[in-house]
Amino acid sequence: MSETKVVDARNTFCPGPLMELISFMKRADVGDQMELLSTDDGSANDVPQWIAKVGHELVSNEKIDDVWHIVVKKVK
Amino acid sequence: MSNKLSIVCVSGTLEKLQMASMVASVAAASGDDVTVFFSMNALQYFTKDNAELAAPEEGEFGRLIETEGVPAFRKLFEQAADLGDAKLLACSMALDLMKITPEDLTLEFGPATGLTAFLSDAEDGRLLSF
Repeated sequence: MSETKVVDARNTFCPGPLMELISFMKRADVGDQMELLSTDDGSANDVPQWIAKVGHELVSNEKIDDVWHIVVKKVK
Repeated sequence: MSNKLSIVCVSGTLEKLQMASMVASVAAASGDDVTVFFSMNALQYFTKDNAELAAPEEGEFGRLIETEGVPAFRKLFEQAADLGDAKLLACSMALDLMKITPEDLTLEFGPATGLTAFLSDAEDGRLLSF
């Protein structure tokens, strides 16, 4: 079980958080889990849609103190 | 089966370059087969001599884009190519008029491309123009 890597994309606007996540996903191994931190509300919707489109697993998506925590698992 | 998306980038204004780079990077990173064709006023921002040249804003929104935290259009085009294998092509006519070659460009540009080749490549996909 690999640990969750944190991708801190706070204070960047669309598509910054998504592109940060994607560059991380590209380097990650299958089964790795990443937690994206974002303060951009648009990305809180757009990132899960990207995850669904590409076929990875959205583990959780919640807003804590104005920061979105989106946890995703690389499945392929 | 990936979707094919061709983007024609001609405007030299910040808003249009920004929108084109956003669409290119997100589509390419989502698995679409993306080609961006640069011509007219859009190409000048990608020469080695103009690597720092700022694009003028069209309106109020352009000033918002310059707010810290909005990814730069050059960076997004680079990510489109690096993360999503987008092809970046320079219009051969624009290169000729500017008296430069693809080697004078900063990003990883493909071969100088004419309209016939670009249109043939684009014919079975979607095309957006900025």
